[in-house]
Amino acid sequence: MSIGARFPKSDGVAKADGSGIYADDIALPRMLHAKILRSPHAHARIRGIDLGAAEALPGVVATLVGAELPLKYGVIPWTQDETALAVEKVRHVGDAVACIAAIDERTADEALRLVKVDYEVLPAVLTPEDALEHPEIKVNERAKVGNVTKHVHLQFGEVDEAVAGATAVVRETYRYAGSTHVPIEPHCAVARIDADGNLTVWSSTQIPHYVHRELSRVLGLSQSKVRVIQPLLGGAFGGKSDPFALEFCVAKLAMKTGRPVKILYTREEVFYAHRGRHPMKMDVTLALDADGRIAAVDNKILIDGGAYASFGLVTAYYAGQLLTGPYRFGTYRFDSYRMYTNKPPCGPKRGHGSVQPRFAFEVALDEAAEKLGLDPVEARRRNFIGEFVETVNGQKITSNGFLKCLELVEKASGWKERHGKLGPGRGLGVAGSMYISGTAYPVYPNEMPQSGVLVKLDRSGRVAIYSGASDIGQGVNTLLCQIAAEELHCDPYDVTVVSADTDLTPVDLGAYSSRVTYMVGIAAREACQKLAEKLRAAGGATFTEACQRAEAAEGAPLAATGGYRTEKLGGDYRGGTIGASPAYSFTAHVAEVSVDEETGIWNVERIWAAHDCGKALNPTLVEGQIEGSVYMGAAEAQMEEMVYDEKGLLFGPSLLDYRIPTSLDTPDLDSYIVESNDPGGPYGAKEAGEGPLHPAIPAIANAIHDACGIRIRELPFYPQRVLKLLRERDARREERAAS
Amino acid sequence: MRPSVFIRLLVNGEEHALAVPAQRTLLEALRYDLGLTGSKQGCDKGDCGACTVLARERAGEGRGEAILSCITLAQDAQDLAITTIEGLAGPQGLDPVQRAFADCGALQCGFCQPGMMLSARALLDDNPKPTLPQIQEALSGNLCRCTGYTKIYEAVQVAAGLRAPAQRAPVQSERAAPSDSKAQTVKEIVP
Repeated sequence: MSIGARFPKSDGVAKADGSGIYADDIALPRMLHAKILRSPHAHARIRGIDLGAAEALPGVVATLVGAELPLKYGVIPWTQDETALAVEKVRHVGDAVACIAAIDERTADEALRLVKVDYEVLPAVLTPEDALEHPEIKVNERAKVGNVTKHVHLQFGEVDEAVAGATAVVRETYRYAGSTHVPIEPHCAVARIDADGNLTVWSSTQIPHYVHRELSRVLGLSQSKVRVIQPLLGGAFGGKSDPFALEFCVAKLAMKTGRPVKILYTREEVFYAHRGRHPMKMDVTLALDADGRIAAVDNKILIDGGAYASFGLVTAYYAGQLLTGPYRFGTYRFDSYRMYTNKPPCGPKRGHGSVQPRFAFEVALDEAAEKLGLDPVEARRRNFIGEFVETVNGQKITSNGFLKCLELVEKASGWKERHGKLGPGRGLGVAGSMYISGTAYPVYPNEMPQSGVLVKLDRSGRVAIYSGASDIGQGVNTLLCQIAAEELHCDPYDVTVVSADTDLTPVDLGAYSSRVTYMVGIAAREACQKLAEKLRAAGGATFTEACQRAEAAEGAPLAATGGYRTEKLGGDYRGGTIGASPAYSFTAHVAEVSVDEETGIWNVERIWAAHDCGKALNPTLVEGQIEGSVYMGAAEAQMEEMVYDEKGLLFGPSLLDYRIPTSLDTPDLDSYIVESNDPGGPYGAKEAGEGPLHPAIPAIANAIHDACGIRIRELPFYPQRVLKLLRERDARREERAAS
Repeated sequence: MRPSVFIRLLVNGEEHALAVPAQRTLLEALRYDLGLTGSKQGCDKGDCGACTVLARERAGEGRGEAILSCITLAQDAQDLAITTIEGLAGPQGLDPVQRAFADCGALQCGFCQPGMMLSARALLDDNPKPTLPQIQEALSGNLCRCTGYTKIYEAVQVAAGLRAPAQRAPVQSERAAPSDSKAQTVKEIVP
């Protein structure tokens, strides 16, 4: 059996011996290197750009300005508001202004210094509060009202009545800081055009399909003339799921010069390209009835979006729509504003839109349970929504292994014996979460399959799988080998995967919203099953012989396709399809922390994480997703924040100043896989790559409370913030003692 | 044109004579001049460790210690014998570290991995049976964003013969009854 086996990654050897080719490893004959000039201002009108001195520098071959690529682009068809290079205005420090191609990178870099840009500096808004208060300072002209990218207000049931009738009510404000993805590979793209006008772009993207569409539109080329290839990708986490300036610039410069062109972002540029976690301010009301059941949840959410929409329309919905499990909500309301500000654009980071409200909700649930004297694990168990049910906002939950997840981490952490008894200075905290396995709603409305796979059998016994899916390190290419071996009974090492090449492979919409294993898995299984039927009919002593007999019987080469067709899902109201998924994953974490009450310095000692992924098609890969997610969540709680000064300049856009955890900063991670065997998923599988991030942050916050009795409601949990809360706690204690 | 310097580099046992700009880094020389693209550029500032290579004095023995090729000038590396990821596998096939990384799922995107494996190799050359804290210390200059490091430690321990790859079995969950939950009427929609 290949499904469920710990099969080593199909690209493991190429990655181990250094032979794997990433975008920056591509070098083509006569290739030029280009660099992008970036804005030093948060908001300014461009009066003029003087390229004369730059163009005169020996070695400079071509230049490019915004007016040459004026069409606006973006994945979401309704919010296309970006151009490759600024056309009239720059909207954040680091916004792209001009691009220069030269014989090498250093020459291009020197040429940038010779460009003279005449800026008229404009007032800037740097916080969502300012953006609301100053609609007259228009960050982005696409906003219909003031600086609002998107406003969503939905109410399910009589929230105010439920709050009025509740026993324990928590009303608190929670703040989530912005963070960024930091893939270790910086963005890179290479373009080549042939004499017939066929354009090929290799890019470090997780959405080749949308890059294909947008390149064609912006460049004015027929889609059939544009080919996008994703080479090996060095990490993404949502940070490579927009089209970026570099892809349009290399393509246009290749068209202008007839030569291949490469752009490799510096690490600093990666920080300014951003699309990371949205900062959110959340005013939460959570009401429990006397039995500890959730009677009402009300959340007012203010979202700091940055200068462009990116996926912000979806963010405004996800911030509310994805909170309604694994617990039953009696009533629910959310009101979210996603605001434009003069900062690098936020976008989808692992757990898009829902990590922030999940933090606020899970801490509030602990606070409310405390008022009732209810154990935090019991509070969660009591509110379990069950399986095959509909959530308060009309989403259909299928399999749900949350109770088993909770039970595993409760046991593994010794919760019953240890919670509330480790202090002072040491504590345990628990949290749960839910996440989508892809979205039922394709980003641009269409009736075509979201994912397609083509499988071809050769008379040699070699299997070739053509898949549009992006392997961004999560291992989808390996799963394809396993699915082929499972259905065809071939050797998984005799499978070639050709992936993410828009000329060669059937479409897949991209590696986002945790859709790939579910949707590509279904498409691949369907294609393989069609071929398996032919092989069974043909018979044969070996796989190769069966292939030959089947090919003889067919009188043609053997190939079959499979697809994932979008189901009609979601609530019957505007926005009801956003957050609707064919299946939901569930996670529970317990975190153990130690806090030094003298200094506020604290440490995550260990996190136990149990995740219901439906069925682990490859347990090693699933554990890797759980551990990587928990690490990334803990990092957001501990240290990561995008900090800007009063002029919108990013503080320390480097890996020295924006710290991500090293091996010495990462807690011990203990991952458990729970299998609920989803009836809809391929072999029962659901997602594993994003859900397990969510509970890490609130579990840590709740553990800090268990350790020293403080409630920290603002990320990151810097030691100075912890220390301030400890001093306030001590003052309260003294006051009580005095009275 | 910028002035060039003539340099000799000893990489993976092969001697190369190159003319490079004076400010050429060792990483650039490896990637652009020698086509050894297995060494990666993640930050170009010595922060991430993706460009790690092994280096020793030419007259020395073994493979030497892990250094950052992005903050080493190519002309300053002339006295060194350099081992890159392309030179780690021998005639017997992959190095045990490479094999263990592949077997344990210690890689996801693979971008930090050449540098990470070379740091691990340097550790094991120096200390064949390291403790977990020693492994964590030795790898602390190599940032990984995918794995949470857990499976990387496991791979180093497997390569050192200290343990077998993890085999914890998934846990089945029983079917649970639906709660009395149902969708509520949507009362209010403001665009």
